[in-house]
Amino acid sequence: MAEFLFEIGLEEIPARMIAGAQAELQRRVVSMLRLQNLLSSQDEKLTVSFSTPRRLAVLVPNVFDKQSDSFTKVQGPAVKIAFKDGQPTPAAEAFARKNGVSVAELKVESTPKGEYLVAETEQKGRGAAEVIAAELPKELAGIYWAKNMYWRAGKPERFVRPVRWMVALLGDAVVPLAFAGKTAANVTYGHRVLFGDAEIPVTAPGAYEKALADAFVVVDVEARRHRIRKALDRVCRAGDTAGIGLRWREDHGLVDKLTHLTEWASGLDASAKSSVVIGEFEAAYLELPEEVLVTVMRDHQSYFAVEDKAGKLAPYFLAVLNMEADEAGLGVIRHGNARVLRARFNDARFFWEFDQRVPLVERVKLLESVTFQKDLGSYAKKAERVRRVAVALAKLVSSRGGAVDGTALDEAVLLAKADLTSELVKEFTELQGVVGGLYARAQGFGAATAAAIYDQYLPESMEDSVPRTVEGALLAISDKADTIAGMFGLGLEPTGSKDPFALRRAANGIVKILAESAVALPLSLGDVVDAATKDEAVRVRVEVFFAERLEFYLREAKGQAYDVVKAVLAVGANDVRDAVARAEAVTAVRGGEDFAAVSAAFKRMKNIQAQAGEKGFASSGSVDAALLTEPTEKALAERSAELAGSVKALRAEKKYVAALEAIATLRPQVDAFFDAVMVMASDAEVRGNRLALLERVLGDFSGIADFAEIVTAG
Amino acid sequence: MVAIAEKKKVLMFQEMLFILQRFWADRGCVLQQSYDVEVGAGTMSPDTFLRVLGPKPVRIAYAQPSRRPADGRYGENPNRLFRHTQLQVILKPPPERVQEWYLESLEAIGIDLKEHDIKFEEDNWEWPVGGAWGVGWQVMLDGLEITQFTYFQQCGGMDLDPISGEITYGLERIAGFLQDVDSIYDIVWAVEPDTGRKVTYGEMRLAEEEQFSAYSFDYADVGKLWEHLNSYEAECLGLLAQAKGFDEMDTLKLKRFPVLGAYELALKCSHMFNLLDARGAISVTERVGVMARIRTLVVGVAKAYAAQGQMLQGLAVQA
Repeated sequence: MAEFLFEIGLEEIPARMIAGAQAELQRRVVSMLRLQNLLSSQDEKLTVSFSTPRRLAVLVPNVFDKQSDSFTKVQGPAVKIAFKDGQPTPAAEAFARKNGVSVAELKVESTPKGEYLVAETEQKGRGAAEVIAAELPKELAGIYWAKNMYWRAGKPERFVRPVRWMVALLGDAVVPLAFAGKTAANVTYGHRVLFGDAEIPVTAPGAYEKALADAFVVVDVEARRHRIRKALDRVCRAGDTAGIGLRWREDHGLVDKLTHLTEWASGLDASAKSSVVIGEFEAAYLELPEEVLVTVMRDHQSYFAVEDKAGKLAPYFLAVLNMEADEAGLGVIRHGNARVLRARFNDARFFWEFDQRVPLVERVKLLESVTFQKDLGSYAKKAERVRRVAVALAKLVSSRGGAVDGTALDEAVLLAKADLTSELVKEFTELQGVVGGLYARAQGFGAATAAAIYDQYLPESMEDSVPRTVEGALLAISDKADTIAGMFGLGLEPTGSKDPFALRRAANGIVKILAESAVALPLSLGDVVDAATKDEAVRVRVEVFFAERLEFYLREAKGQAYDVVKAVLAVGANDVRDAVARAEAVTAVRGGEDFAAVSAAFKRMKNIQAQAGEKGFASSGSVDAALLTEPTEKALAERSAELAGSVKALRAEKKYVAALEAIATLRPQVDAFFDAVMVMASDAEVRGNRLALLERVLGDFSGIADFAEIVTAG
Repeated sequence: MVAIAEKKKVLMFQEMLFILQRFWADRGCVLQQSYDVEVGAGTMSPDTFLRVLGPKPVRIAYAQPSRRPADGRYGENPNRLFRHTQLQVILKPPPERVQEWYLESLEAIGIDLKEHDIKFEEDNWEWPVGGAWGVGWQVMLDGLEITQFTYFQQCGGMDLDPISGEITYGLERIAGFLQDVDSIYDIVWAVEPDTGRKVTYGEMRLAEEEQFSAYSFDYADVGKLWEHLNSYEAECLGLLAQAKGFDEMDTLKLKRFPVLGAYELALKCSHMFNLLDARGAISVTERVGVMARIRTLVVGVAKAYAAQGQMLQGLAVQA
């Protein structure tokens, strides 16, 4: 057995694609080796992979030297078809040819169906190097890239970027596999600048990581990430000359991006060179909104923002380099980066000041010439529709005891999209809404108006927060619902993986706001649908779409089991908070033995009802006590009637766990009933009465969830 | 700050351009002069847009003034220009070590890579109006985007084979970086050898920025711009209609058929569009429609150019 190393060297891979490609390469190499019987399932788990912007690599321990020989037996045509008058027919010849043997080598085997020809062939196991050289190139060609390219004349292959070299080593022997016009060898390359162009021989797979570490490349992604974080910590501390408790703003996305934009990272130790540099900007820029400054730093410059110990933005930035330098060298790099940031901030300030010349109120009419969607008209038209939705929803909220600032909501709806015409949003599109909110505040609108505009695009993901105020929530919901209803009306609903207008995200947002709003928002999904469209056909489709999104929310955001979600939604998918509460209650009690038994019994009741339906047996509609003959059915009827009242009361108070626990106490009566009573009695009156009893029990106790959907063991 | 700038001899704007041109000439590029029709980017010059089509290998470099009327700031913004200058390098097919060559070119103009942070960050270029796109990077030098590096994949809606490598240097940005100035207008363009007087970028170009910003934003006659656009479009469409008759042309007529003239007309339309856009005369709804009209011209020209080249090639083989 030998270790196997494969590295493919590329021109800089897009940072966003590296992690996925690294995982896919590892998966492909391992499954190929497993399929080829060259790797055990234990050793599969010991495989590791690496990546930097210029390489992907995988290291597999204990690859077998060769495949074991194998023996195959293939059954062919029946003997009576294969031979005519003792002579082989074309069927026999074709079978022999297909299996690479002569007719004489075919054997006859008796089976219960008669005598058949069989071909027995033996495959000599191939050596690992031979198999890898033949199979690995196909795997490489199959790697998925979000965007790839041709580079060689004649367009023989596409890949994310041109392939520059490959290393393939089985033990200390090169596997000369060929791909994209390159043949693998045992030579890799180090950091472009810090190490230069010199060839680096890799003597054995185990020597790979160290050989590259010596050439200023940390191939282990997590190690690089760790080093970057530690260097950020140290440089930030060291840069805190004013002693204001400087710390960098945590930003996992940015750490990830920079980990995939760098091959080397140093700076953990003050005495050595550093790959992280802290720079300063003029405090005067802090007059610009923090959101703008952070966006410029994070999205446009890939710099970390820095804050003081109170969490207030401090006039510093942290840049992560694909480089390292001593303090003098860092001075040059710091100076360059600070110069760029200054220019960027100047631009932002210019846009901010320029935008103030035309207040939001005047920008509203400019929206008439900004198209929202060609068939749905301009943003001005959209604002009118959103206003209708928001007004209808606000009325409902007020009528149900919620507090809505009608004026603020009105203003927010009117001004919501006005920032789309601002220079600042044209430059920093990710700040739409935020800029509108900031401008509204700067232009003298109230805090509630500004906050609603500011929060209108929330939540942008399942992890994001929801609007802080009722007005913000109503604007966000109305805006999203209008988009969904409009697109559904045009037949542009999402299909499969295609959701070009991000309607699923919009609907997820509505569900999340209804579920998580910290301010009272007594609205159901049905209310939202009704407010958003008057078109019955659209209404029905949007309702189904919302129910799917609620299901998604319960499962993905709340981690509820599939069957619990189904059981809960079978009873109602309209009131989001209630569905969440019911699901959580079911999950809380479902482990109990009594509950499981009652669930199983409910399932049985439903089955009996279904059978009765098939046979045309009808329930009598109401339970006639006089017709209850068996003691166990009397007991069930009495006990369930007693319980029904208290369960109903608990449900009304939304004490779902208590209600479910009460239902579970019905177990003895239910069990006894099924042990002793035959529902499908031959007497039609008795049968009808018993069916009515089941109907009543199911009706009284299925208001929280349809227990028949709960999967129970056994 | 001063100490850093004075550490080495800093190149003037024009010297930097000389060196880069020399650098690429030494690597087989023919140095072309700037194209004399208004373009929004060096890519739109026929030396890129048309030469990347077809199988014939090309190595060419040229400095191209690029006009973007909407980017004008009346000369008031130190970082934005109505007209900037790109050095465009086209390498078809791209040599294996094209990235290394590029990095050497930076060293040639005094950027010691060992003293700076350089990153190749994904940035895919696309010009939908030209049916053209490629994948590549923006090259970041100490946080400054100095170059767009693209592997051209499609042009005029046609797959390219072989593809071209395209390197577009932002000359003002690089000069500003080298000279460590905060305003483009402070870049030293040249120094008079006898007096040592510095000629700045502002001296050479500020008036142009002021006047063309005013023209694009305030003076341009919207009605006339539309007329120009329509009339250039009509003439271009007329030529493209005639280009449908390549089959019936003899070699001489085919060879002389002005596809290049049609391309200039299409570029004129594109520039008129940019002016109208800067003037705020194109609504968002109209925008899509006008872009589609120009796309018809540009892509039509590219297809005609490819067909003409192919037919002439075929005729040459027959002869």
